Amino acid sequence: MANQYETVFIMTPVLSDDQMKETVAKYQKLLKDKGAEIVMEHNWGLKKLAYPIQKKSTGFYYLIEFKAGGEIVRDIELAFKRDERIIRFLTVKLDKHAVAYNEKKRKKAQEEQPQEA
Amino acid sequence: MAQQTGDIKYLTPINVDTKKKKYCRFKKAGIKYIDYKDADFLLKFVNEQGKLLPRRITGTSTKYQKKVAQAVKRARHLALMPYVADMLK
Repeated sequence: MANQYETVFIMTPVLSDDQMKETVAKYQKLLKDKGAEIVMEHNWGLKKLAYPIQKKSTGFYYLIEFKAGGEIVRDIELAFKRDERIIRFLTVKLDKHAVAYNEKKRKKAQEEQPQEA
Repeated sequence: MAQQTGDIKYLTPINVDTKKKKYCRFKKAGIKYIDYKDADFLLKFVNEQGKLLPRRITGTSTKYQKKVAQAVKRARHLALMPYVADMLK
């Protein structure tokens, strides 16, 4: 029973570029080790927060979309909670409309990219 | 004096406050999924304090109002939108 999930997490802005990549790699590995299939990932980069979280006003946003069974969500959320580099996270299950929406958006982005280049 | 019994006649039809019919923008445009990551779009459904606008004002159908609310709450959690604000617009 593979469901599609989408998780967004926010990392502290105090991390260096390498530390950030390392954090992201850690979660990619965690997902892959548990047998999840990563569909898409997107780095939003440093963004201003709408309100301060842990006295920080900015954060690195990162989005991962993956296909997996439901047990993985618990594992990854536990890892997020234990990690002090992560200041906020959200995992959502995608319904069929959401999957279609994301695919459409991805296709659109792909079409636009070659034109820019 | 001449028109004491009949209806009052106007040269131009008077503007009887014809209410513009509200419609659900999601139903009309065929949008099935409301993205919580699109904060600019969700801004249309909150007032300048960042509170959700009622259906009575936006005209959204019950089905999609629920989804809008869910999306706004998710956006707030991820600090894409404020929980409380002043002069948002």
